[in-house]
Amino acid sequence: MMAWLSINLHAFLSTLRKLARSPFSSFFSICVIGITLSLPTGIFVILENLESLSSTFSGSPEISLFMSRDASRDQVSEIEKRLKSEPRVSRFKFVSKEDALAQFRNDNEFSDVVSSLSRNPLPDAFIVSAKRSSDLEALHVEMGKWPKVEHAQLDSNWVRKLDSILKLGHVAAAILSILLGFALVFITFNTIRLQILTQKDEIEVAKLIGATNTFIRRPFLYLGALQGLAGGIAAWIIIEAGLHFMNGAILELAQLYSTRFALSNLDPKESLILFMLSSSLGWLGAWFSVSRHLWQLDSYS
Amino acid sequence: MISLKGVGKRYHGGFDALKDISFMIEKGEMAFVTGHSGAGKSTLLKLVAGIERPSSGSVLVSGQDLGRMRRSAIPYLRRNFGLVFQDHKLLSNRTVFENVFLPLQISAFDPREAPSRVRAALDKVGLLGRESAYPVELSGGEQQRLCIARAIVNRPSILIADEPTGNLDADYADAIMDMFKSFNQVGVTLLVSTHDESLLEKFRPRIITLHQGRISS
Ligand SMILES: Nc1ncnc2c1ncn2[C@@H]1O[C@H](COP(=O)(O)OP(=O)(O)O)[C@@H](O)[C@H]1O
Ligand SMILES: [Mg+2]
Repeated sequence: MMAWLSINLHAFLSTLRKLARSPFSSFFSICVIGITLSLPTGIFVILENLESLSSTFSGSPEISLFMSRDASRDQVSEIEKRLKSEPRVSRFKFVSKEDALAQFRNDNEFSDVVSSLSRNPLPDAFIVSAKRSSDLEALHVEMGKWPKVEHAQLDSNWVRKLDSILKLGHVAAAILSILLGFALVFITFNTIRLQILTQKDEIEVAKLIGATNTFIRRPFLYLGALQGLAGGIAAWIIIEAGLHFMNGAILELAQLYSTRFALSNLDPKESLILFMLSSSLGWLGAWFSVSRHLWQLDSYS
Repeated sequence: MISLKGVGKRYHGGFDALKDISFMIEKGEMAFVTGHSGAGKSTLLKLVAGIERPSSGSVLVSGQDLGRMRRSAIPYLRRNFGLVFQDHKLLSNRTVFENVFLPLQISAFDPREAPSRVRAALDKVGLLGRESAYPVELSGGEQQRLCIARAIVNRPSILIADEPTGNLDADYADAIMDMFKSFNQVGVTLLVSTHDESLLEKFRPRIITLHQGRISS
């Protein structure tokens, strides 16, 4: 146990020394990895922000049914009956034209306008909620054709459009992440390959005097993982800085509209996932690199 | 301890470096392999050390058939050997101390006792004062002795040395031979190759003579 600890500690320290010995090229590879990782991570952060934005607006989507203004009482109650018997409707609320006008009158902004009107311009309306949001679209179309219904409006139309765009964005971001994940493995593969070339003799001698492949791999795996982790941290810094600047601009905009809104950054859990992923991918790239070298050595004898 | 039966080694390209080699070396024995350059001495030592695999016949070391061993088991086998290579294979970016420390590191030797082990090995070959020097700062004879220190630091039961006195002055060569003799006296089995016949006259050890890949007597 002591020996195992000491071997790992030794490998780890020699890894740090290797990184420190070539600070410029280490810094360079870390930056490349950081930029590579910041792209998909940044897209995820933006998507996440748009998602939370859309969910604050959508609530539960409703259909507003506006009756035509010449609809009679009977015609209105006919619609009410239909709504009651429609299984897809969870609940609905009737807003008479008088109620609607009263609402406007109570609103400070509109009270002057309303009192200057000679007659009520507002129609009777139903506010309809569906049991399942997937039925909304069909209900919206059908209800628009009901007799004396002037107009059916699906309130959350743009929200749902945004949602499907976000879904598409997620798929695109996932594909991008996978591709750039591969890129990270290749970048590490190559930097570790260069490291291996500078230590070819050490590896050969170590193997000759009884080193196992595990022993030879270990410092390189540490190097790959550490480089990946540093790249992950670089990506994190890039994203934090980017959000910081964007939030400065958003703050001005929000003040103009007197609302409060700011892009939220990576939470601790997401940051941890980023770091774990970047170091695992680095580890993987290093593993392939050393294994290929060891395999080439073995195939000689 | 070491037993070869009908061993042949054919290198890539079809060249037979060794043909039908059979001999046995008992535990605690000291044997020398001689022959002209190109006779197959290095190849023979590499087969015994498990660095090359035999093309035919069997190589048994401590009862284990090296030709049939799994590749992953070879490192553990090598740790029983002390190996002195013809081309030294010292690491130029490591100090004398670190070069000798490497085998202990590989075999996960207790790190608290390792430094004293390293110094004991350097003391035996007379390099105790040069711990922090780098191999390039050493003379040819000192480099050769450094190789020997690295080979014995693990206290191996078998020491395999490929031309350890090659290119050395007679005085240096004698000193190294005395060193081997003292290892043998404490029970280490030795297999040493040399093309220097004059050394053998002095010690009269058991001799295996190779001629064009075959044993000649
Ligand atoms: N890896 C190799 N591939 C092909 N031929 C080799 C290899 N190693 C040695 N040989 C050949 O095998 C013969 C014996 O070589 P070696 O064992 O090194 O002899 P010695 O050590 O007695 O000088 C030589 O002719 C040499 O060219
Ligand atoms: Mg030779």
